[in-house]
Amino acid sequence: MHGIAATPYPADRTFSAWRCYVLEAKHEFLRLLRTPMFCIPTLVFPAMFYLLFGVMLNRGNAAGALTPAVYFLASYGVFGVMAPGLFGFGVSVALDRDQGWLTLRRALPLPPGAYLVAKLAMAMLFAALVFVLLATIAVTVAGVRLPAPTWALLFVVEVCGVLPFCAIGLFVGSVVGGQAAPALINLIYLPMSFLSGLWIPLLVLPAILRDAAPLWPAYHLGQLAYAAVGQPAVGSVVVHVAALAAVTLFFLALARRRLARAA
Amino acid sequence: MSEPAAELVDVCKRYGAVAALDRVDLSARRGELLALLGPNGAGKSTAIALWLGLARPDSGEARLFGTAPGTMSARRRVGVMLQSAGIPETLKVAELLAQTRAAYPAPYPTDDCVRLAGLDGLMDRRYGRLSGGQQRRVQFALAICGRPQLLFLDEPTVGLDVDARTALWQTIRALVAEGCAVVLTTHYLEEAEALADRVAVLAHGHLVAAGSVVEVRARVAQKRIRCISALDADLVGAWPEVRSACRDGERIEIVTDAAEAVVRQLLFEDGALSELEVRRAGLAEAFVEITRTVTADTA
Repeated sequence: MHGIAATPYPADRTFSAWRCYVLEAKHEFLRLLRTPMFCIPTLVFPAMFYLLFGVMLNRGNAAGALTPAVYFLASYGVFGVMAPGLFGFGVSVALDRDQGWLTLRRALPLPPGAYLVAKLAMAMLFAALVFVLLATIAVTVAGVRLPAPTWALLFVVEVCGVLPFCAIGLFVGSVVGGQAAPALINLIYLPMSFLSGLWIPLLVLPAILRDAAPLWPAYHLGQLAYAAVGQPAVGSVVVHVAALAAVTLFFLALARRRLARAA
Repeated sequence: MSEPAAELVDVCKRYGAVAALDRVDLSARRGELLALLGPNGAGKSTAIALWLGLARPDSGEARLFGTAPGTMSARRRVGVMLQSAGIPETLKVAELLAQTRAAYPAPYPTDDCVRLAGLDGLMDRRYGRLSGGQQRRVQFALAICGRPQLLFLDEPTVGLDVDARTALWQTIRALVAEGCAVVLTTHYLEEAEALADRVAVLAHGHLVAAGSVVEVRARVAQKRIRCISALDADLVGAWPEVRSACRDGERIEIVTDAAEAVVRQLLFEDGALSELEVRRAGLAEAFVEITRTVTADTA
């Protein structure tokens, strides 16, 4: 009477790892969407800061080669794409590790790469959303007009620029617990944004902070973004790209070691 | 029955100074339920972690279907319900089930999973908003949805009400009847008694008893006598054949290895005695006795 399954064993169902990846990405997106603590600050803060500090306060006062509405579009764009990388990886990996989800996953036949690939895809998607949001404000409110290739270049810089912050977030998530992760990430995120000149141009900061700025990955991404939109940038593109790649690989390697050891 | 579905061969596993498992041999076969019993820290969860490939033995060998645990092909044949699952709370039950089913080559249809685990009406709810018992049922559904040949259940019925527990037992029995091998840990000895073909008792990382439920129960000769009597429990407790005696309201309860002699003496001393009951020790008493003697030996 209690037949275990109403339907017989299917002879050969086409088993697809692809389907696992798609579901994983979809669910990662739903998880983020259903976490207001993540998606509201991630999408609203950069837009709000850009509107307040980049557009309202700087209306019309172009300073030499610097056009505030464009310059801060790049600044707050970089500030905006750091968050999905740092928080999207840091907090959720810490929670998943803490609560045993990663352990259970190791016992299930889920494709091993799906977890990180899905997170990466979602971080890039949120970075793209931040870009679209700021670009919309720039065009409609601030009257920014840029040639299409310039927009495209800024998009590529910002969406790919999320990668080093994903790696940093992953490392933090592999070290601290779910309770501590948001605080620690904020302690990295906010000071680094400031020290990299994303809120206030570096020129205005004291010399010692200006000299130390190349230590921060956000500084290098910022310079790439300024260069992309034709605003004054410092240093060579190759060096900035190399620095960001090095940061990514370094933290990725550290995180891999940590996660391989954690049971 | 050919090779065992899951085997531990002379396994030692230490965590720091603590021997979680010390030269343990265990096996679970297709169409059979093995219950792992033991007090907290006895090594039950360690055994499961070794079988799942989540930990490696220091010496000896853990095998699934004759090969190393933890490989993708081994995982596809295994279902698992751990004590702490850490399942993402913002996902809905239907999403979790779809994701887990997708990972297995020949999962049960969704409707069957819903029926077998009792998930009616829960599919659209977020996991984090379910009660503890409902979450346990979801975890059970995720464990069985892949049509496993080997199922690990670590304390599966904690937090379930009586109806849900009975329903779960029914599903587990049906899976075993279909040839699935099940390894189950539990604190509820009536659960082991109701489900297990074989029982293994662990204490301090040692395997202290193994065999069928009847065999393990028979390791303890104790009987339990209950009756309404006015006799002084302390005096009865001093009789040579009596292990312990205590009063429970108007009843007196006696534990003994020689029930016949004690009953004869009781009837002799108290003519008004009524409602006499003699029961052999259940798995619970056997378990307490076995782990107590082991603890005393190792202390």
